[in-house]
Amino acid sequence: MMEKMIFGRYIPGDSFVHRLDPRSKLVFVFAFILVVFLANNIITYALLLAFTLLVILMSRIRVYFLINGLKPVMILLVFTFLIHILFTREGDILFELGFLKVYEEGLRQGIFISIRFLVLVLMTSILTLTTSPISITDGIEVLLNPLKKMKMPVHELALMMSIALRFIPTLMDETDKIMKAQMARGSDLSAGPLKERIKAVVPLLVPLFVSAFKRAEDLATAMEVRGYRGGEGRTRYRQLKWDWRDTTSLVVLAVMTVLLVFYRN
Amino acid sequence: MTEILSFSNVSFSYTPDSPEHRKAVQNVSFSINEGEWIAIVGHNGSGKSTMVKLVSGLLFPQEGEVRVMRNILTEENLWEARSNIGMVFQNPDNQFVGATVQDDVAFALENSGVPYKDMVERVHSSLEQVKMDKFLNHEPHHLSGGQKQRVAIAGALAMRPKLLILDEATSMLDPQGRDEVLKTVRALREEIGLTVLSITHDVEEAIFADRVLFMNDGKKYAEGTPSEIFALGDKLVEFGLELPFAMRMTKLFQENGVLLAGQHMSEEELVNDLWTSNFNK
Repeated sequence: MMEKMIFGRYIPGDSFVHRLDPRSKLVFVFAFILVVFLANNIITYALLLAFTLLVILMSRIRVYFLINGLKPVMILLVFTFLIHILFTREGDILFELGFLKVYEEGLRQGIFISIRFLVLVLMTSILTLTTSPISITDGIEVLLNPLKKMKMPVHELALMMSIALRFIPTLMDETDKIMKAQMARGSDLSAGPLKERIKAVVPLLVPLFVSAFKRAEDLATAMEVRGYRGGEGRTRYRQLKWDWRDTTSLVVLAVMTVLLVFYRN
Repeated sequence: MTEILSFSNVSFSYTPDSPEHRKAVQNVSFSINEGEWIAIVGHNGSGKSTMVKLVSGLLFPQEGEVRVMRNILTEENLWEARSNIGMVFQNPDNQFVGATVQDDVAFALENSGVPYKDMVERVHSSLEQVKMDKFLNHEPHHLSGGQKQRVAIAGALAMRPKLLILDEATSMLDPQGRDEVLKTVRALREEIGLTVLSITHDVEEAIFADRVLFMNDGKKYAEGTPSEIFALGDKLVEFGLELPFAMRMTKLFQENGVLLAGQHMSEEELVNDLWTSNFNK
């Protein structure tokens, strides 16, 4: 289950998309999410779909891998498609099946909404697949920097996020260890009725929390001794570089937007 | 010789309001000069960890003075003192702040506002010093305990500290990792003459020190060269410490009537003595 999920996974590589600055990728994806809503006819949706496929090709992520990873989302996709088909009652009736009537407009809407959904999911997946979590954090920190003037603790949030990300594998290992320790004491986590299984999770969570707090305390001490005093006067080791690729990709998106506005009804 | 750190009549209690409780540290005095390696040994609860907290300014003594670089440690000069001290803690995982090796080494540098160009150079050179330069982009969970501790040492070195403190830094490592870390520290002392303060209950680690401080119940019980301290023999055992393996062997040999020249702290010395003492007969 966990191996197949591709949400939040990062696949290292050095394609054009991989080498983009996280800032431009973030801006690109957010702008793209808005632009998607401009599409309202066959030409514009075809444009969007073609554009997304182009980005997938450029990211050199295996299409099979992408589709396989998005299977859980597909269920949702099919569900929305069916809802639209069944409940939109406009245009000519295409065919009838007992009390079910499928209208032309419903089919159109269903396909369009599905494409919209698919395109959004694919684009955001490509963002997380081609950008390491730490780069995304860096990008967010820099992009949110203007909010510092409004007393938003941007640096602290970014640091919290990066520490949380850094500790995920550590805590996973820990969970595994505690699980084995409890299993060795006869706790059964994989069988029995749901109620029993939920009960069995408690002796797993308590030691995990205790150790997480202990870790947090140790980490705070280590950070303090290493001279951490908040974001003020700090320099950055990770430098973000904006180059021609980033400008190009944003220009391409702008052209896309113009085309969409031009061709939409 | 420059004095790096000194304690003069330092006392500290976690419960200052109830004097019936024993103080965690009682009237301890010692000093460390540049280039020395001092080991503080003692069993659990002997006040070792409290002393570390007093040095790093996490706690302040109720009596006596802690001086870092000859300045009395106060709230005001705390951060300056900390920039002179590099610390490596017990748990390799809980002190790894960065997402990758190089980020972690750069953490302290970022904190003190070192410019980017300097930072890159210092990160690389300090990772080279601990021989971790091939692991620049590795994430912590792909490293062994010993490697993580070496990264922690590199993180301390990047600040060019006057004093490196190892707070039980080898106690959570496997024997191999422990050797790795101790070897690194010894090499660093030879290369750059680093001053080291190691807090440990592992007597094998204390063998390499120039001087050993033996703590018991918050008091300094004895201070001297490793051979002087280990000559206390049974006293150490009584206070919950073990003698180094070679010394235990020597003792057993002597009890069984094997003639040996004296006490031996390292296995090599013991083996040499076994050779020669049997040769002379």
